[in-house]
Amino acid sequence: MSMNEQYASAVGGANELKEGRSMEAYTDLAGTDHAEVSKDRTREKTVGKPLLESAKMSTRNVKVFYDDKQVLFDVNLDIGANEVIAMIGPSGCGKSTFLRCLNRMNDTIDSCRVEGDLTLDGQNIYDPKLDVVPLRARVGMVFQKPNPFPKSIYDNVAYGPRIHGLVDHRAELDEVVETSLKRAGLWEEVKDRLHQPGTGLSGGQQQRLCIARTIAVSPEVILMDEPCSALDPIATARIEELIAELSENFTIAIVTHSMQQAARVSSRTAYFHLGKLIEVNDTEVVFTNPQHKLTEAYITGRFG
Amino acid sequence: MNNSTNSTMSRVEKTLARRYRAEKRFRVYGLLSILFGLACLAILFTDIISKGHSAFLQTRIQLTVELDPEELEIDDPTDPDQIRGGYYQGVIRDALAERFPEVDGRSAKRALNALVSDGAVYQLQDELRDDPALLGQEVSLWLLADDDVDTYVKSRREGQAFAGMLGEDQVQWIESLIASDDLRTQLNTTFFTASDSREPEQAGIAGAALGSLLTLLVTLVLSFPIGVAAAIYLEEYAPKNRVTELIEVNINNLAAVPSIIFGLLGLAIFINWFGMPRSVPLVGGLVLTLMTLPTIIISSRAAIKSVPPSIREAALGIGASRMQMVLHHVLPLAMPGMLTGTIIGMAQALGETAPLLMIGMVAFIVDLPAGVTDPATVLPVQIFLWSDSPERAFVERTSAAIMVLLAFLILMNTLAIWLRKRLERRW
Repeated sequence: MSMNEQYASAVGGANELKEGRSMEAYTDLAGTDHAEVSKDRTREKTVGKPLLESAKMSTRNVKVFYDDKQVLFDVNLDIGANEVIAMIGPSGCGKSTFLRCLNRMNDTIDSCRVEGDLTLDGQNIYDPKLDVVPLRARVGMVFQKPNPFPKSIYDNVAYGPRIHGLVDHRAELDEVVETSLKRAGLWEEVKDRLHQPGTGLSGGQQQRLCIARTIAVSPEVILMDEPCSALDPIATARIEELIAELSENFTIAIVTHSMQQAARVSSRTAYFHLGKLIEVNDTEVVFTNPQHKLTEAYITGRFG
Repeated sequence: MNNSTNSTMSRVEKTLARRYRAEKRFRVYGLLSILFGLACLAILFTDIISKGHSAFLQTRIQLTVELDPEELEIDDPTDPDQIRGGYYQGVIRDALAERFPEVDGRSAKRALNALVSDGAVYQLQDELRDDPALLGQEVSLWLLADDDVDTYVKSRREGQAFAGMLGEDQVQWIESLIASDDLRTQLNTTFFTASDSREPEQAGIAGAALGSLLTLLVTLVLSFPIGVAAAIYLEEYAPKNRVTELIEVNINNLAAVPSIIFGLLGLAIFINWFGMPRSVPLVGGLVLTLMTLPTIIISSRAAIKSVPPSIREAALGIGASRMQMVLHHVLPLAMPGMLTGTIIGMAQALGETAPLLMIGMVAFIVDLPAGVTDPATVLPVQIFLWSDSPERAFVERTSAAIMVLLAFLILMNTLAIWLRKRLERRW
C-alpha cells in the first residue's frame, strides 16, 4: 500500500468518527500502536529542527500534568530571538498549555504541574526563587478573547508601565502610551478618544489595544494564544500585519487554529499532537514538505 | 412525503391549544403570586399608617401664664441653676385655675391640672432660659397637653369612641377649651427630638434612632472590612482543600443560625467574659457583626466570583502581582455586589431585635446616647417596648416608630440600588 492510499483509507473512515477516535486512528497511522505510545511516549522523537544554536527561550523535557492526567510529553523546543514561531495542532493537543508554560500563566491553575527545564536567556523560569512578576513583564501575553480592562483606552495601555514603575512622570507615560498605540496600529483610530472606555471599541480594535497594552512594558517575548479566533477576516488581517511588524523587535510565539495564518505570519512552525511535539521546521518546509505523516495529514486538512 | 407532513402538522396542532392553555395558566399563577404579595404589603402599610399617622400630631393647650418670680422661686433668671430649680408647676396650676375659676375642691383641681402634661414645665424652663426678660410678665403659651387629652381630641376628630381615662368634667373642660380656640393640634416635634419616656406625650424616637445609628456604625466598621477580607482570601488565595471546604460550609451554616443565639454568645463572651458594659451600642454592634458577617462574606464571594477570569488573566499576564490584580481589577468590579450585600446585611441588622434583648439593649433609657459606650436602645426594641405599654397613646407611637423604621429601610435599599447603578461597570 502506498502512503497516499494509507491516508485515504484511514481518512475515509476517520471522518465519520468523533474527534478523539479519529486521533487514535491517526496515531495508528503514524506507525505506532496507540497503547504502546501511552506506555512509552519518549520513544518518539520530534522530527525536523526543534533546537537552535542560539535560543531566546528553550524548553527541555517539558511535561505538564493536570492532577494525574499528563497533557504534555517531553516537549523539547527552542524559540529563537526575533522569530515568529507558530504552534498548530488539533484541539486539545496541548499547544495552548505549552504556551502558557512560557510565562508561567499555568501557575494560576491549582491542579496544574509543570516539569522539565524552561529557560529564558539561559535562566530557569521555573526556579522557585524566580519572581513571576518580572518574568511576565519580559514575556507578555495576548489572549484568545480580547480582554481590555473596563477602564479608559489610555489607562489600559498605561497600566503596565504604571505598576512596573517604568515611567517617572506624566509626559513620559503619555509618550509610552502613544508609541505603544502607534506600534499596535491603533493610534490613528483612538487618538481623539483616549479617555473613553476601552471596552467600547470593536473586537479587532480591542485586540490591538491588548497588544498595545502588552508592548507598553517592552517585553522581550510576546505569547499570543489564538489572538484572531474571535475576530472577523479584516480585523484578522490587521493583526497579522501587525505581527509581521512587531517581529522586528519582539520574539513572538503564536498559537493558532488557522493553518493559513501560521503559514502567513510565522517563520517556524511547530506541530503538536496529543500532547507531543511532532514536528518543528521552517514554516515553508512544514507546509510544503512535511516530514511526519501526522503533520501532513493535519495540514492537508484530513483532521483537526 | 406530503401526507406525513400533514399528519405531523395535525398532531402538532392538537397539542397546541393545550400548550397555550398551560402557558396561560403559568402566567396567571405568577401574576396571582405578585398580587398576593402586593395585597399583603398594602394591608400592612394601610394598617400601620392608619394607626400611626396621628402620632405625628400633638395637642397643645393655650394658657396665659404669669411668670411670677416669687411663685417660681427665681430671682435671677440668668442663673442656670435657678432656672433648672424653678417651681413651674405652681404657675401652670395658677394659670389653669384662672382659666377655669369655677373649679373648686382638691380632687377637681387635681383633675384639672392633669389636663396639662408634666412635660410643660420644661417648656416654661426653655422659654425663660431663652428670654430672661419674661420673668415677672404674663405670657400666652401653647403648653403640651396630657396624652389622654391628646387621644380624646384625636378620636373626637375621627368620630371614634373614646376609650381613655377622662372624667366627665375633664371632657367638659376640654370642650370649653376647643370652643374658645385655646386647644389645637400641631406637628409633634417631641416625637422626633425626645428619647423614651413613661409619658406618651413626652416620648420620642430620637434616642432609639441614635442608638440604631451608633450600633449600625459599629457593625459596618467591623463587618465590612472583615467580611470583604475574608471573601477575598477565600476566593483568591485559599487553596481548595478540605479545610477551606469546611470553612465554607460553616459560613453558610452561620448565616442560618437564629439571631438570638448570637445574642447569647455576645452576652457570654462580650459582657460576662470581657466585662463590657450592658445595653451599649458597642456590644450591640459586635453581636450584629457576628450576625451580618456570613451574609457579607457570601455576597462578596459571589461578587468576586462573577468577575470574568479574562480580566484576572489580563492583569496577571502583564505582570501584575496577585494583590495588584485584586486591588486594581477584581475589587472595583466586585464592589457593587459587595456593597449591595453589605447594605442588605445592614438592613437586616437594623431590624434585628432578639440578640439585642439578650445584651440588655431593651432597657428604658431616657437620655440620648452620646457615644458607643453610652446605654442606648434601638428602633426595633423601642417598637417592642412601646407595643407592650398600656397607654392608648403608645399605640399610635408604636405604629409611627414602625413607619420611621420602614423609612430607614427604604432609604438603605435605595442607597444600595443607587450605589450599584453608580459603580457598575460593563466589560
